[in-house]
Formats: sequence, C-alpha cells, structure tokens
Amino acid sequence: MIVAKDLKKVFGDFTAVNGINFEVKKGEAFGLLGPNGAGKSTTMRMIAATSLRTSGELSILGKDPNHNGPEIRAHLGVVPQQDNHDNELKVWENLYIYGRYFGLGRKFLKNKIVELLDFAQLQEKRDVKVDALSGGMKRRLTIARGLVNEPEILMLDEPTTGLDPQARHILWDRLFRLKEQGVTLVITTHYMDEAEQLCDRLIVMDKGQIMAEGAPAELIKKYSSKEVLEVRFGSTKNAEAAEQIKNLGDRIEPLPDRILVYAEDGEKVLEQIHKMGLQPQTSLVRRSSLEDVFLRLTGRTLVD
Amino acid sequence: MSMINAAVDGAIAIAERRSGKIGAEFYQGRARTMIERSFFAFKTSSWMVVLSGFVEPVFYLLAFGFGLGGMIGTVSDSNGHAVSYAAYIAPALLATSAMNGAIYDSTWNVFFKMHFGKLYQTVLATSMGVLDVAMGEIGWALLRGFTYAIGFMIVMTPLGLIPSWWGILAIPGAVLIAFGFASIGMGITSYLKSFQGMNWVNFFMLPMFLFSGTFYPLTIYPDWLRITIEALPLWQAIQLERALTLGTLDAGTALHVLYFAVMIAGGLWFTTRRLNALFLK
Amino acid sequence: MSVYTEPKMTWQGATKIVNLRKALTAGPWFVAEYRLRNMSKWWTAILAFGLGNPVLYLLSVGIGIGALVNKSQAHGVDGVPYLTFLAPALLATSAIQAAMDETSFPTMQGFMWDKSFFAMNATQLTGRVIVGGIMIASAARCIFNTLIYALVLWAFGAVAPASIPVLVASAILAGLGFAAIMLMTVSFIKQDDGFFAIVGRFIIAPMFMFSGTFYPITNLPIYLQWIGWVSPVWHATDIGRALSYGHAVTPGLMVIHYSYLLLMLVVGMTVGGRQFAKRLAA
Repeated sequence: MIVAKDLKKVFGDFTAVNGINFEVKKGEAFGLLGPNGAGKSTTMRMIAATSLRTSGELSILGKDPNHNGPEIRAHLGVVPQQDNHDNELKVWENLYIYGRYFGLGRKFLKNKIVELLDFAQLQEKRDVKVDALSGGMKRRLTIARGLVNEPEILMLDEPTTGLDPQARHILWDRLFRLKEQGVTLVITTHYMDEAEQLCDRLIVMDKGQIMAEGAPAELIKKYSSKEVLEVRFGSTKNAEAAEQIKNLGDRIEPLPDRILVYAEDGEKVLEQIHKMGLQPQTSLVRRSSLEDVFLRLTGRTLVD
Repeated sequence: MSMINAAVDGAIAIAERRSGKIGAEFYQGRARTMIERSFFAFKTSSWMVVLSGFVEPVFYLLAFGFGLGGMIGTVSDSNGHAVSYAAYIAPALLATSAMNGAIYDSTWNVFFKMHFGKLYQTVLATSMGVLDVAMGEIGWALLRGFTYAIGFMIVMTPLGLIPSWWGILAIPGAVLIAFGFASIGMGITSYLKSFQGMNWVNFFMLPMFLFSGTFYPLTIYPDWLRITIEALPLWQAIQLERALTLGTLDAGTALHVLYFAVMIAGGLWFTTRRLNALFLK
Repeated sequence: MSVYTEPKMTWQGATKIVNLRKALTAGPWFVAEYRLRNMSKWWTAILAFGLGNPVLYLLSVGIGIGALVNKSQAHGVDGVPYLTFLAPALLATSAIQAAMDETSFPTMQGFMWDKSFFAMNATQLTGRVIVGGIMIASAARCIFNTLIYALVLWAFGAVAPASIPVLVASAILAGLGFAAIMLMTVSFIKQDDGFFAIVGRFIIAPMFMFSGTFYPITNLPIYLQWIGWVSPVWHATDIGRALSYGHAVTPGLMVIHYSYLLLMLVVGMTVGGRQFAKRLAA
C-alpha cells in the first residue's frame, strides 16, 4: 500500500525527514513513534499527499503523491493532529459537507452519517454546533469524518490525545474492527501502550530518521531487558545513588526524578540494592515497554 | 518559596484593603493594570495599524471636503454664517472617528479577547474585578482616541478649518464622545456570539453615520426623522464638535455634554452588570 | 463514548463508493456548496446588507448630499442629476463589497482560523479547485446582491431600465476582479496582525473615495487621480456611466476598462490558485 524509499523533506534549511525507508502492507496497522519534532507529522502529511516530498520515492496505493495527489486522497481518510472542523456548522453538517467534498451522493451520506454518529457515539449531538462540543467529542467527530469515504488507508495523527481512558479503549476496539474490514491504518502516537495495543509494526523516529523498526514485542526484546526496576532516592540523592548502583543489572538509566535499572529479574536487583545499604524512597518492578525502547534509542522520554 | 509567600501576602493585602468598601466585589481600583497590559500589547503591534486609525478621517476630509466641496461651495452654520464645506464636515469627521475608534476598540477588540484570547477569563481569575477590566479597556481606548484627535486637529488647523479658539476644546470633546460609545459598546459586545453577529453592530452604525448630519444639514428631512436623529448620540457628538471648532457655542452645547455624561454613567453600569453576569456566574 | 455499544458499520470501500472522475472534475462545485451552505446561515444578514446598504447610501449620499450639490450646480454633475451620476458608482461599489466579503475573511479563516482549507485539501480537492469553489460562491453572492441593488436603483429612478443588464454585468465583473485579487493577497498573509485594518483603511477606503465615486475624478488634483486608475471602482463606474446615461468614454478607454477588470480576475485566480496549492502542500 505504501512504499517509501530514501524519503526526504526539507523546509528551508531544516531537514524534517532525512531519508527514511519503510513499507506498509494492506490491512496492516503501522505505527510512527517519536518525540515532538521527530518528523512523524511531516511523514504523515507526505503519505496523505498533502505535503510534497523533497526527494526520494514514495508510492501510495501504487501512485506517486507528487503527481497523483488528488486521486490518492480520494481513497484516504485523514485524522489530523489538530481538529479542523467548521465551528459554525452542526455536527452532522460537518460530516455531510466533508462527504460532499468527495462527491458522495446525498442519499448515501444520509445513511452513512447515521452510522458514523453511532460509531463516534455522537447521535445526540447531531444538531449541535461543533463549537459547543467538548474536546473529546470533537476528536471523535474528526475520526468519524475520516471514515466518511470508507478509506483504503486511514491516517491517524495522535488520534486519542484528549480522550479519556474509556473512550480510548472504545476507539481501539473500533480501529480493530476497521482493520478486520481490511482498512490499512497508519498511526502516530505519544502513548506507548496505544502503540503496543494497536500496531502490528512500527518505526521509531528521531530527528527525521528511523531509529528502529519492527513489531512492538520484537523491539522490546531487542532493545530492552525483560524487566525494569524503578527506584527513587529523592531529587538530591539520585545522582549519588546512580553512581553506586551503576554496575547492577544489564544497564541503568538515571533520569532526573528516578533511576531505571534494566535486568532479567527486577526483584533480585532490588535485593542487591538493599544489601548495599541503600534505601530507595519508592521502588517498582515492571515489564519492559516500548517507552524503554524509546528511551534507549533516543535518550529521551516521549513527552519532552 | 519565600518569594511566592510574599507575593501571596501582597495580593491578599491589596484585596483586603479594598474589601468592605462599596463595590469591592467588582472594582479593585486597578484598572491601571489593564491599561499597562494594553501598552505592552501595543508595543509589539504593527505601527501601520496604529497609523491607519488616524488616516481614515483624513482621507474622508480630502475626498469629501475637497473633492465634493468644489461642487457644493458653502454651507450655513447654526448662526447662518456661510462656512466652507470642508470646515463644515471636518468637526463631524472628528466626532465620527472618535465614535468609530471607541466602537472598534470596545466591540471587535473586546470580541476577539473574549472569544479567542480568553483574556478576560484569565484576568478575572485573579483578584481583578470586572469594573477594573471595563475601565482599563475603556481607558486605553480613550488614550488612543485622544492621540488620534490631536493628530486630526494638527491636520485641520493649517487647512484653516478651525476658525475659533474654542476649537482646542474639540480634543477633550472627542475623548468625551469616545468614552460614551466605548462604555456602551463593551456591554453590547458581551451579547454577541459570532463574527456575523458583529456585523449587526455595523448595521446600526452605518445609518447613524450616514444620516446624522455628517455631510449635510438635517433641514432636508421631515420633522419626525429629524427629531429621531437628534436623539442619537452621533448627532449630539457632531453638534458638540461643530460648535467648538466653528465657535458657535450656545445653551445646546451644554446639553450635548450632559447627554454624554449620562451615556457614560449608564454605559458603565450596563457593561459592569453584563460582564459580571458573563464571567462571575 | 461512555457506554460500550456495538457499532453497525457497512463498508464497501472508497474504490467503490467514490466516483473518481466526478470527484476530480466537479471539485469547485463541492467547495461552492459548502460556502453557500455557510452563507445560508447568515442569509438574513446578507439580505439586510444587500438591501439595506444601497437604500441607506442612496438616501444619504444620493439625496442628502445630492440636495446640496444640485443646489449649487444648475446643470447637475456630468450633465445629469446627482443621483443619476452616483448610481453606477454605488452599484459597482456594492458588487465589489459583496464579492470581496466572500474572499477576504473566509480566506483568512480557511488558512488560519479554522484551517478548513487543510481539511478540504485532505480530500482530493486541490488548492486551485478550492479557489474555483470560493470564486463560484463569491459570484453567487455578488450576482444576488447586485441584482437587488439594481432593482432598488431602478425603483428610485436612478437608472434607466434598459441599461440594467449591462450595468449589472460590468459591476459583477468588477466585483469578481477585486474579489480575486483580495483572495490572492490574503493567501500570502501568514500573520493576521491587523491586516484587514491596514488594507481596509490604506487601500480599499481610498479606492472608494478617490475613484470618482462621489464626484468626477477630474475634481481631484492630477497627483491623486492615479488612485482611480488602479482602482476597479473607477473602471467599472466609468463603464457604468457610459452605459447608463451616455457619459462620454472613448471606445479605446472602454476596452481598457474591461481588460483591466478581466485581468484582475485572471491574475487573482491564477496566482491565488498557485499560492493556495503551495501553501497547502508546504
């Protein structure tokens, strides 16, 4: 469905995407992970055929977005990072007008909108102006809007930012259903749990480049240990403690507020720390996650 | 930490000093802070915008006063003396531009701050009161109006359009006029929900501008229309400025001043009530 | 999404339900449909302005100032009563105002305020198509407005009925020409810091006031007359006066008038379309 070779995007003297390669197959859920400014959104916009690439090759649905943009976009669904509704139109009118942009028939849209409102659980807000919706409702409307043309590829740029935990879980379920229909999903997210839940395969980006690629479980296995021990000694003592325990486990990652110790068995490491006579204020043993992969690859946590 | 405590103590102390005084729930005596804020915003704004408010009446004066004036010749003032068409419309343009500036500042500007910048929500989350906000915003509008009025007078005087020494009072006159319109404008804006709603403001302003005797005497109107227009604030404003620049003061002039005094008091009362209802419910 | 429910979703896929040929060719009409639906929310305001403005100006300037002018000019202006002289200018002015209202703020809104152009551009609609759609909608409003105005002028006896069709046509051409230039200009604006206040007061207002709208352009000193020459108001008004009461315009000048207005339309839409595409793809 999507093939990128040496894909590059330069804005003035800033290189947003610096020669990346990846491929997305039909019916796959493909994730792009990275901190702000990593080049995710730019990559998304190039795939969505709304941003022209500077160099390299890109093929979407077998076509070149630099030349066949409109044809590609006719078959795409896009959920941008920022909701861009017409605030003066009602909820259903926003869906209707968006469907009309694709030239979809009025009768078809009438039925489709009922389904989409149901999908986004906005039935009761049908005749409300978008202005009056809560942030989460607007987000759901944006997602419903992206489905109006029954897209081959659905592009979701941070789809669940602003949704409450329950709404996120329901959205994940809906996205699974779409995947079962054969819809290809391309997702960027800040949430590691979301990426683990949704993505068959993902790439981790930083500074416009791909740092790693693979299925979530593969990546965790490759770049992290089985377990992680998180210990806090208090903001003034962390640095000193980190120096003392640096040889424990596979490796350690001192953060400003806590120290992460990567090891096969976290409890065992904690015992060792106690034996050294150190008393952490809090300690926690957990499974390794994509967050750790990310930290390892970029030296940053996701949110900064 | 001690710095934060000092600041909190300070804020509470200031608030307590006001408490117990009449109106403390909506006035903290710090309208000045809003003006200061406007000044910071002004320093980073485009000077072209600032200049544009000044050139508008000058363009009108050139286009109508001279372009049209050539075809019209002279018009009689309230004492029956013939004055040039440009001298006739110049004070009216000064009054109109004072009105427009005040209305613009108190409607469009306030509308943006209310709905997009959410500035007032932020300000009123502090110990500032609604009247502080209203007075501060209006005060800034008046400062601007004052500057524009001086600028316009500087253009008018060498063109010989201010035959009387009373004319110097046309500057505070313009400020008085602006105060009247601004104090009501803000209250009205609080009712408006969309840009298109803002158009209705213009819809009311335009006929007032066109019919209030800016460009010609009201004598061509039937009595009922003339009396209606004479009750509108712009006509009052124009008469006031015209009497001052042409030096034709009479008892009516005092009435025009009184008209605006009442308008200001009523407008402030109305605006404060509205803002209270809107932000502190 | 508080309570979990099973969604019912029929799905045929975009390749089936989107008629690609129609989607790629009829785009401007889809955009225009959106704009017109938006306008329909404010139809009372649009009607009130469309009808109110002309009546107010006619009464105030045409009759109020007209009384002063006719008193001192025994033969009227340009050989006709002031109202007859003024009418074509008012018609062109209102056509420009109506058309421009649809391309000034809405363009800023689409790029900056609600970013609706980016939403459109996520479908198969391109920058040029969006420009086409906005201009269609602008034309619709301009035509509606100008027809109403022409009827009002006719009711006041300010224009001869026979001259109405050509008067309306030239006013609409001026309206669309100016609207296209406005659209193009706004599409380059990246910061809305007082843009409309500046353009409105430094460019648009002088174009209305110094373009022979309210008095013959020759009343102005020659160093101010150029403002009229570049203003579509003057070109459209001069055509209108020639058509309405036989104001003397040489055929050569007539050709210049029409070409100038047409040029504004073509340049505005071409350059605007290019800039829309560029900005949306940035």
